[in-house]
Amino acid sequence: MEAFLSLIHNNIDIIYFVILSVFVGIEVIGNVPTVLHTPLMSGANAIHGVVIVGAIYVMLHLHEDNLAGLILGFFAVLLGTLNVVGGFVVTDRMLEMFKKKK
Amino acid sequence: MKAPILEISYLIASVSFVIGLKRMSNAKTARNGNLLAAAGMTIAILATIILHEGPVPPLIYGLIGLALLLGSVLGWFTARKVAMTKMPELVSLFNGMGGACAALISLIEYPHISPGAGILISVLAGLMIGTVSFSGSMIAFAKLNGTLGKAIRLPFYNIINSLMLVAMLVLCGLMLWDAEFNNMINLYILLGMSVVYGILFVIPIGGADMPVVISLLNSFTGLAAAFGGFLYGNKAMLTGGILVGSAGTLLTIVMCKAMNRPLSNVIFGAFGGGSGSGSSDGSEKGSIKDISVGDLAVLMNYSKKVIIVPGYGLAVAQAQHVIHEIEELLESRGVEVKYAIHPVAGRMPGHMNVLLAESNVDYGKLAEMEEVNPEFASTNVVLVVGANDVVNPAARNDTSSPIYGMPILDVDHAEHVIVNKRSMNAGYAGIDNALFYDPKTSMLFGDAKKVLTELATELKSL
Repeated sequence: MEAFLSLIHNNIDIIYFVILSVFVGIEVIGNVPTVLHTPLMSGANAIHGVVIVGAIYVMLHLHEDNLAGLILGFFAVLLGTLNVVGGFVVTDRMLEMFKKKK
Repeated sequence: MKAPILEISYLIASVSFVIGLKRMSNAKTARNGNLLAAAGMTIAILATIILHEGPVPPLIYGLIGLALLLGSVLGWFTARKVAMTKMPELVSLFNGMGGACAALISLIEYPHISPGAGILISVLAGLMIGTVSFSGSMIAFAKLNGTLGKAIRLPFYNIINSLMLVAMLVLCGLMLWDAEFNNMINLYILLGMSVVYGILFVIPIGGADMPVVISLLNSFTGLAAAFGGFLYGNKAMLTGGILVGSAGTLLTIVMCKAMNRPLSNVIFGAFGGGSGSGSSDGSEKGSIKDISVGDLAVLMNYSKKVIIVPGYGLAVAQAQHVIHEIEELLESRGVEVKYAIHPVAGRMPGHMNVLLAESNVDYGKLAEMEEVNPEFASTNVVLVVGANDVVNPAARNDTSSPIYGMPILDVDHAEHVIVNKRSMNAGYAGIDNALFYDPKTSMLFGDAKKVLTELATELKSL
């Protein structure tokens, strides 16, 4: 119990941050028309590609002789980039078609 | 000096994600919003590399650069070249990549982390959620791609899945609680269980529900990214991850609402498993009527109002351009033409809108379900192209049907219903459709593109 309480206490800022962000996320896409569901899902998909920042961070802190780490890290950055670049480009491609008309 | 600039870069990135997402939920600003979020992401990535303090061996910079380059080229190429009809699969695939990335981070970090419950929770949660999202997305991808066919159901799959989840959480709890359990072997066991759970989670779910599943897995990956942010105290990862986590969950619920089914029903419920329910009572089927392209051309030409109901079949046949041509031909003869778009037509909400927009169909001609349903009664001809479940009257009046309660397009209220299908095969939900046996209905068999091109030619000659 004490460990749990101190965990909360030590991270109270982050907990506030998380709760407020949850509401921002819900607020921000409220009232989205059905038409935009697919592009929005795709756009959100690209945004969570921000994990790549973590992957790069891990790589920057690895030792040169940690071969397994380097291999895994390389793939983490590669997959993260695929998520980010692929995600944003696909979303743009979908939205491009909506634009043409208006 | 570098650290504050890095912080500011992450702040800019976080704000760009929020504003980008906001702008993406409005048709006019959507494209701009997406580009804004992409710009923020670029800033975050570059800042992480450039503003890093401390020595880094050139080999590591080289590897990061190579991975970024390779990923960008591959990602850009795939996203640009894949056909519009394959969009849902692609989103699922990219989502899985993000999940795998989060899981790999945890895998690398685990041997190096300092003791502390908060850190360990983040690493284990990132590993579990990321992995489930990865393996689940791959199954969703295979299903949408057609590699994996129908829903696969193990006996008692709900119990097996729940037990699996409980076992994962128990192992996770033990690793947190007792240092003796906190070792590499258990981490690999947890990893293996997560892979299996992701597969078991998605495999029993029918194809028609895949969009909902992808949206859910999307928010999972967001959550995994957020745990990464917690691990490093990285605010950009936290904001991005949580935003997607919460927005993705809301989007999932909105989609379920569009199908009038609770989320629990999608995950645990019965759909598309060919459970044999529904109105498949051979005796009451009645007979099927065919119509020729020539007759249909005449019928449409002398109609006052025609409504087109596009479905996945239209997308598969790539018939969106031909249908637009037919629409213009009819309009030039004074026929009023509209498209009725069911919220889950195609394989994803908005899928049909994207396709029709691609072939230059006027935005104003696309009518959503609620606004168009009262109009069917005053419509002469409804042309259903490759749609099935979204026009199945069983959803309205057959309580035993697995799709009972789903709102549908009331096409059977129109004077004539023409259904274009390749064959009499059931739709994605795997159930029979009484509409086809309705005396008002005529079937127009054949590939949508081929048949509609013939129809356009006939119309021109009239």
